[in-house]
Amino acid sequence: MAEMLVLIDHTEGAPRKIALQMLSAAKTLAEGSGDTVAAVWLGGGASDAAATLGAHGATKLYHWDSEDAAAYVTLPQVEALQAAFEASGADTLLFPSSNHTKDVAARLAIRLDAGVITDCTGIEAGEGGRWIATKEVFGGDMITTSKVADGKPQFLGVAANAFPVEDTGGGAPEIVALDVSLSEGATASKVVSVEKQASADRPDIGEAAIVVAGGRGLGEESGFQLMEQLADVVGAGVGASRAATDAGWYPHRYQIGQTGRTISPTLYVGSGISGAIQHRAGMQTSQQIVAINKDPEAPIFQIADFGIVGDLYQVVPKLVEELEARKG
Amino acid sequence: MKVLVPVKRVPDTAGEKKIDPNDRTVDRESVESVLCPVNEFAIEEAVRLKEQHGAEVTVLLVGPESAQPIVRKALSYGLDAGLQVTDDGIAGSDALGTARVIAKALEAEEFDLVLFGNQSTDARTCLVPAAVAELLDLPSLTYARHLEVDGDTVTVHREHEEGWDVVQSSLPAIVSVVEAINEPRYPSFKGIMAAKSKPLAVKSLADLGVSPEDVGSGAAAATMYEFADRPPKEAGTIVEDDGSGTAAAQLADWMAEKKFV
Ligand SMILES: Cc1cc2nc3c(=O)[nH]c(=O)nc-3n(C[C@H](O)[C@H](O)[C@H](O)COP(=O)(O)OP(=O)(O)OC[C@H]3O[C@@H](n4cnc5c(N)ncnc54)[C@H](O)[C@@H]3O)c2cc1C
Ligand SMILES: Nc1ncnc2c1ncn2[C@@H]1O[C@H](COP(=O)(O)O)[C@@H](O)[C@H]1O
Repeated sequence: MAEMLVLIDHTEGAPRKIALQMLSAAKTLAEGSGDTVAAVWLGGGASDAAATLGAHGATKLYHWDSEDAAAYVTLPQVEALQAAFEASGADTLLFPSSNHTKDVAARLAIRLDAGVITDCTGIEAGEGGRWIATKEVFGGDMITTSKVADGKPQFLGVAANAFPVEDTGGGAPEIVALDVSLSEGATASKVVSVEKQASADRPDIGEAAIVVAGGRGLGEESGFQLMEQLADVVGAGVGASRAATDAGWYPHRYQIGQTGRTISPTLYVGSGISGAIQHRAGMQTSQQIVAINKDPEAPIFQIADFGIVGDLYQVVPKLVEELEARKG
Repeated sequence: MKVLVPVKRVPDTAGEKKIDPNDRTVDRESVESVLCPVNEFAIEEAVRLKEQHGAEVTVLLVGPESAQPIVRKALSYGLDAGLQVTDDGIAGSDALGTARVIAKALEAEEFDLVLFGNQSTDARTCLVPAAVAELLDLPSLTYARHLEVDGDTVTVHREHEEGWDVVQSSLPAIVSVVEAINEPRYPSFKGIMAAKSKPLAVKSLADLGVSPEDVGSGAAAATMYEFADRPPKEAGTIVEDDGSGTAAAQLADWMAEKKFV
């Protein structure tokens, strides 16, 4: 019986949705393989979150309560996670396949001679204790299965919204403080300041259940106010096409697509977006796709579950009214 | 100051891509190959470092001989020299294997800064820059949306979901850039002509002292072994808006039925 480690992504003291999705997935896998699930929390606030982590499958919680986790770039997290590996003897790590965390996984993989598979949308047990990971490549045009070579630790980067959150009814996990002594190099690059720009009331597009996206068809920057209005009726995040971010109408971190974020919400609503292949590469795995575009030939309609051919400035304000009426 | 820019050859996204069933790698023959577009942002940043700090810039590409035009293409933006690592033993490497080759190639060079793209448009693993940094025991300042070099110090605005972190370290350092960092210029006619005669060194694994056992498909820590086309999507409901608002009402009904409201 071994431990599966799950690296918990957290913000403002609370685990992100992806963390609970990973724990729920790990719990199912661990039940099948006779393993247990241990969460790893780097930085302050673990004890407050312990009950939540336990309720989603963690029976142990490795904790490094140090401000250093966020004061320097990447390496303190690598070394703390390495300490968790040493303490647990684990062979498997699930980590959120988000940008900064991939760096942590890449650096630790070099140290531990592990194999890394990023952006997994499915994980199954294979032979010889190897996990079989499903991932989508070429912007979701192809679905592939991969595994890590025998004898190497398995690092699986989990895509957002690939697994459901399940309440397993577990009690509070045993909390184990990690003993971490940072190497000299680990504090060589420091975080001077953190610029938070995102709206606190709107979910991040990576984890939002619904994403509303706007493109060049909005015509001007103020069109995003309409997108935000629509988003707020249904609790959605707001994203954009590259044409819109390039124009400076919305920040680059909200760009959806090949060179922006990859999202998999349950519902994507795109307005004034043509659906170029580079845009589809970031959203075509959304469960349901809605398109509002005045051009009936726009390629986005080929992948739309529901499409409206029309002027978004006519359709979206009415949609906001109709949705508000249904909310009662 | 010396800058290295690792660039990748990728299949053109707009073209149809196939995986070769024999070796499960991208079938390069079936599509047009291009310089990875994300690398153009790293190249532009390097050109700016040339302008501001007189930097000397070398492009580095790990890939088969047939990828040489991509090195020349990168040089056409006004960079100084090319270095290509070519060896049959590299085929089938995973991201960490590629990182091992890049790290060895960098070890043999002098540099202050390495400018990666944050990801390649085909593999999109984003693993290579941080893995190279680890192999060279250097800081990894990735996802840069802004970069400044002042003497021995590099400052980067590291983009994340909620904004960015301002991070700092001394040189040498590994940086990867996101496309928000700049607006790349096009190569000039003069640049394109000059690129043809810029020095371009080609090295093998043996030249770098890399053992063939450590790279290539045999050494890959992660391997893809099955692949299938995504099942086609069923045609959806498309309605036309006639200005009366019924289309919006229909969509709202559909969303309510699916419990999105
Ligand atoms: C290397 C590379 C990487 C790229 N990466 C990305 C990426 O990550 N993400 C991305 O999105 N793109 C990316 N692109 C760009 C992509 O190719 C397209 O140019 C871009 O997605 C187009 O954005 P758009 O759909 O908003 O604009 P357009 O293609 O111009 O489409 C605008 C649409 O709005 C419609 N419209 C106009 N007015 C109205 C109205 N009043 N009501 C309703 N509809 C209206 C039009 O019919 C049209 O279909 C990339 C391109 C390259 C070369
Ligand atoms: N074969 C290669 N040769 C040179 N640089 C590469 C190669 N593969 C990846 N890179 C670099 O690593 C970055 C990230 O790629 P990836 O980790 O594949 O998403 C790219 O933007 C390139 O700068």
